[in-house]
Amino acid sequence: MTTIDKTASAPSRRIEDDGKTPLLEVRDLHVEFKTRDSLVKAVNGVNYSVRAGETLAVLGESGSGKSVTAQAIMGILDMPPGRIPQGEIRFRGEDMLTMSNEERRQIRGRKIAMIFQDALSSLNPVLSVGYQLGEMFRVHQGMSRKAAKAKSIELMDRVRIPAAKDRVNDYPHQFSGGMRQRIMIAMAMALEPDLIIADEPTTALDVTVQAQVMDLLAELQDEYNMGLILITHDLGVVADVADKIALMYAGRIVETAPVHELYKRPAHPYTRGLLDSIPRLDQKGQELYAIKGLPPNLTRIPPGCAFNPRCPKAQDICRSEVPILHPVTEQDGTDLPGRGSACHFWKETIHG
Amino acid sequence: MGRYVARRLLQMIPVFIGTTFLIFVMVRTLPGDPIRALWGDKAPDPTQLAALRHEYGLDDSLWQQYLDYMKGLFQADFGKTVGGRPVSEILTDAFPVTIRLAIIALLFEMILGLVLGVFAGMKRGKIVDRGVLILTLLVISIPVFVLAYIFQTVFGTELGWITPTVQDSMNVQELMLPGIVLGSLSLAYVARLTRTTVAENLRADYMRTALAKGLPKRRIVVNHLLRNSLIPVVTFLGTDLGALMGGAIVTEGIFNVQGVGGALYQGLVRREGSTVVGIVTCLVFVYLAMSLIIDLLYAVLDPRIRYA
Repeated sequence: MTTIDKTASAPSRRIEDDGKTPLLEVRDLHVEFKTRDSLVKAVNGVNYSVRAGETLAVLGESGSGKSVTAQAIMGILDMPPGRIPQGEIRFRGEDMLTMSNEERRQIRGRKIAMIFQDALSSLNPVLSVGYQLGEMFRVHQGMSRKAAKAKSIELMDRVRIPAAKDRVNDYPHQFSGGMRQRIMIAMAMALEPDLIIADEPTTALDVTVQAQVMDLLAELQDEYNMGLILITHDLGVVADVADKIALMYAGRIVETAPVHELYKRPAHPYTRGLLDSIPRLDQKGQELYAIKGLPPNLTRIPPGCAFNPRCPKAQDICRSEVPILHPVTEQDGTDLPGRGSACHFWKETIHG
Repeated sequence: MGRYVARRLLQMIPVFIGTTFLIFVMVRTLPGDPIRALWGDKAPDPTQLAALRHEYGLDDSLWQQYLDYMKGLFQADFGKTVGGRPVSEILTDAFPVTIRLAIIALLFEMILGLVLGVFAGMKRGKIVDRGVLILTLLVISIPVFVLAYIFQTVFGTELGWITPTVQDSMNVQELMLPGIVLGSLSLAYVARLTRTTVAENLRADYMRTALAKGLPKRRIVVNHLLRNSLIPVVTFLGTDLGALMGGAIVTEGIFNVQGVGGALYQGLVRREGSTVVGIVTCLVFVYLAMSLIIDLLYAVLDPRIRYA
């Protein structure tokens, strides 16, 4: 009996881990929010995937839908007013949107964990960090209070919080910003999840601490071979740690590319605009480029390409037809794997 | 923490002296003379009147009287009524009744208020929420004596569940209804306060974190939401307990409960200065102790507040 059981269960696990099915796959995801008098279309058909050990950076301005997508993946959207009219979020091949609430809860924190932006407000102010870390073990693994506390100390050591043993009973406000973010990271790492979503993990930190936190994140990711979705609007942070980039605008992905190629040869005017607006030392004294205009109002996304009112290269077709995410190729037609651009004129942008 | 408590206790001394002196002066300067009142409509005998005045120390200066009173107080002597009854006896009769009544009222408003508030806060804008809001508005706008008479009529006279008035003031069962009437107003405030803080904390970032950790709903609500939302409610409940200990003249009167409110009222009507001052002195004590306990509890509930 036992041998049969083993052989029966073995193949199914292999399929999960064969590396062909990505860890997470988002397919044509739409998210909208219904307010009293309007419909806010926050995410309009996002596709991306992450493999184990891979880092996907999702870039975009505020309101581009990057955080909403992440919250949809975590299943922590406020529904209502939020709604997911269509799309799939496949985790290890299974669509999470069709799962029961309890099944999703089991995945949250244990398989997919999230790191939030502002660690001070994201940690509960009236509970000790040891308690908040230990909660992961107590809830998901049924550990005793004491064992969970020991684990918390271990975790705090892992993320290099000095004197973890003495500080385990301290409260979030007693830690510095960087240390608090480490605690957030420790909390996400607690159960060694397969995938971590980091929503602007360094935005609230100063530059030196930013680097430390990113290094720590990269190191832990490497060690546990986790998938990482890094949500940010900081092009500098991305360049060091990401494998590939998805650039979002008005709820759509406008360009995807392996990280260094995007910096070298952007295939979308929006990407180009963003790269041009990074201050550079060798252009000191010159006026800094800025993309004109404002991100679109998500209740009234312009027809055609959402970027057209701000695009320096917009033509008539841009105002009438929504561009699909074209696969981007070399001038001679050779494939550029992983590259795509949602611009009617991607050829001119990358090669012109 | 220890030093903070010590400092607070020291601060209580001037407050205690100030309040007792004020009430002492106010009662003594009220028109009316309790000694003269002993003779009723008859003309009093001047020598007897003076003798009695002297016996009660009423011919001394106000300062002297106050000092004598405080001296007695330190020996747990609250003085005597004009009728010759020790005031401490009145206190030991009235306070156990009021404590019972206050605890019933407090438990009622706390438990029901929190439950209603949490439900309303979590379902903000829904039917439950509207219901709680309307109900509490109704309670707040009805004067307590109207509510007391309605309850008395409905449950006492019509349904006969209870006797319309309390026969034995020490009987907790009989005190149930007066307690509920007494707690109903604060219940409305507790429910509304809880609703507001719950709804506010529901949107907090740490609630999102708790959700993202995959915690069960029950744990999120009890350990994360309530723990934060309770802080202002506890403060309110604490001060309210202080107020409830002061007795409820109206409620006690309607239900014939022999509590502090009634004793205080009688003392005032009969110009029994020592009774009034005795009760008020105790109440000052209760208030000071309650406010200290609340402040300490506050630090327990919210670690961000530290006392040094």
